[in-house]
Amino acid sequence: MIELIHVKKEFDNLEVLSDISITINDHEIYGIIGQSGAGKSTLLRCINGLVSYDSGEIRVGGELVDIKDKKKLSLLQKRMGMIFQNFNLLNRLDVYDNVALPMKFWGIDTKSPEAIKKIKNLIELVGLSDKMHSLPRELSGGQKQRVAIARALVLDPEILLCDEATSALDPSITREILSLLQKINKEMGITIIVVTHQMEVVKQICERVSFLKDGRVLAEGKPEELFIKPIKEVKQFLQEESGHLPSDGVNIQLFFTDESSDEPVITKMARDLNIDYSICWGKLEDFRSNVFGSLVINVKNEDQDNICRYLDDKKVLWEVL
Amino acid sequence: MWETIINAAGQTFYMVFWSTLLSVIIGFVPAVILTLTANDGLRPNKVVYEILSFIVNVFRSFPFIILLIIIIPFTRFVAGKSIGTTAAIVPLTVSAIPYIARIFETSLRETDKGVIEAAKSFGASDFQIIFRVYIKESIPRMLNGVVLLIISLIGYSAMAGTVGGGGLGDIAIRYGYQRYNTEYLVICSLILIVFVQLIQMLGNHLYKRLS
Ligand SMILES: Nc1ncnc2c1ncn2[C@@H]1O[C@H](COP(=O)(O)OP(=O)(O)OP(=O)(O)O)[C@@H](O)[C@H]1O
Ligand SMILES: [Mg+2]
Repeated sequence: MIELIHVKKEFDNLEVLSDISITINDHEIYGIIGQSGAGKSTLLRCINGLVSYDSGEIRVGGELVDIKDKKKLSLLQKRMGMIFQNFNLLNRLDVYDNVALPMKFWGIDTKSPEAIKKIKNLIELVGLSDKMHSLPRELSGGQKQRVAIARALVLDPEILLCDEATSALDPSITREILSLLQKINKEMGITIIVVTHQMEVVKQICERVSFLKDGRVLAEGKPEELFIKPIKEVKQFLQEESGHLPSDGVNIQLFFTDESSDEPVITKMARDLNIDYSICWGKLEDFRSNVFGSLVINVKNEDQDNICRYLDDKKVLWEVL
Repeated sequence: MWETIINAAGQTFYMVFWSTLLSVIIGFVPAVILTLTANDGLRPNKVVYEILSFIVNVFRSFPFIILLIIIIPFTRFVAGKSIGTTAAIVPLTVSAIPYIARIFETSLRETDKGVIEAAKSFGASDFQIIFRVYIKESIPRMLNGVVLLIISLIGYSAMAGTVGGGGLGDIAIRYGYQRYNTEYLVICSLILIVFVQLIQMLGNHLYKRLS
């Protein structure tokens, strides 16, 4: 478990993290999303002890992350692998040696049969067996990130921290890398924290997510809860416009979640209540292979009460705009 | 004539070889300290950095010919005499150390900050980061610096003739220029040109292979 309790951090009087409290469970994929400058990377680097924080507590598996206690900190860092937006591989080492590097830092004999086997297995896990002795400059971005993932796993971490790991990659490669992360999470039971500004990342793999703005967590929950019925700031972040809605009548927004998205509520309601309305706006989205959505309908003033009662009955979330 | 010239070429090689080797070894130390204590280093320390940097600058700004003369007592102390080919290695090395310190510092500091951060994130110690990341990643750049150093040391070694250092430059000046023996002048210059070309080519080749 990773616990952040009232964590604060300033850079030269600029408050970058103000009072962050988050708990991340073992084996979960947790997302931290927000605009550029929100403090996401800083937050991740605090967890890993790459930068200090000013007050509050960060605990990883119960152990306090304290940058002053170098010995203890490096033991904690061993338990947390990390990958980065720019991959950060050593240019002059081939794939194999890049993956082996963290072992060298820990004085592990990389020539031993077990070590060789482990390194090769990891390279195979990320699908680069045929590139074992290629240099980073001979690899594509996606392949480089795969090497970085193998490197981050070589010390058998419990946690994998990903800072914008897919931001430099195109959409299809992003999906591949995300599937790989998901596989690592499922098969190896590794807790994963992903920091990103890409909605797609959160939608595809995160079980829970925090929305960070100006160093504060403004919303936390399942991605579908956060994004199907977003608060104002999240809406701004998504740059979501419900377009121009009709000015006469009443506009009602419906939210389809787990239970309700299977039933054909919209057509059924028209038939059951024998009324007409127009559909003005809608969206459907995939969250870890479940479909969720939202729809705006424009109804006559006199039908509003009827419709709202019907929707409550069907347990559909709604909101008058 | 040829014996004189071959002899002189040997002296040039001897002076350049030893002063390069010694200055690279000695200059490496301040380079690492400068890298560590720079504001983007692993142990930022403005005071140490500025003092060391100042010393390096002072030594770099002496014209070689003046350095040669003012360190004569030091040369005598180290080499046992102040005149001769071996003695000339001392001022050559002294002038090359700050140059190497700066060149290596620049090379090391060009290492990608992200790679250093990655190493830190795996729990590497500062010592490991210096050797396994900074130096490892900078070797081609440092090599380029050494090639430049060798080339300028070939030039300086000619001036070292002033303290009886001998070498091709010395022969070119004494026989060629002062005694109007154009042949000497031309042959010595040609050998120096070939020297420089060969070293540059070797350097470029190694740079490509290493990076
Ligand atoms: N080392 C530092 N010194 C001073 N200010 C910093 C430092 N690192 C980050 N900051 C500032 O902290 C704020 C948050 O930065 P951070 O990198 O955490 O944002 P982010 O959410 O990761 O943004 P991005 O999406 O661009 O990566 C920014 O205003 C940044 O300028
Ligand atoms: Mg960032």
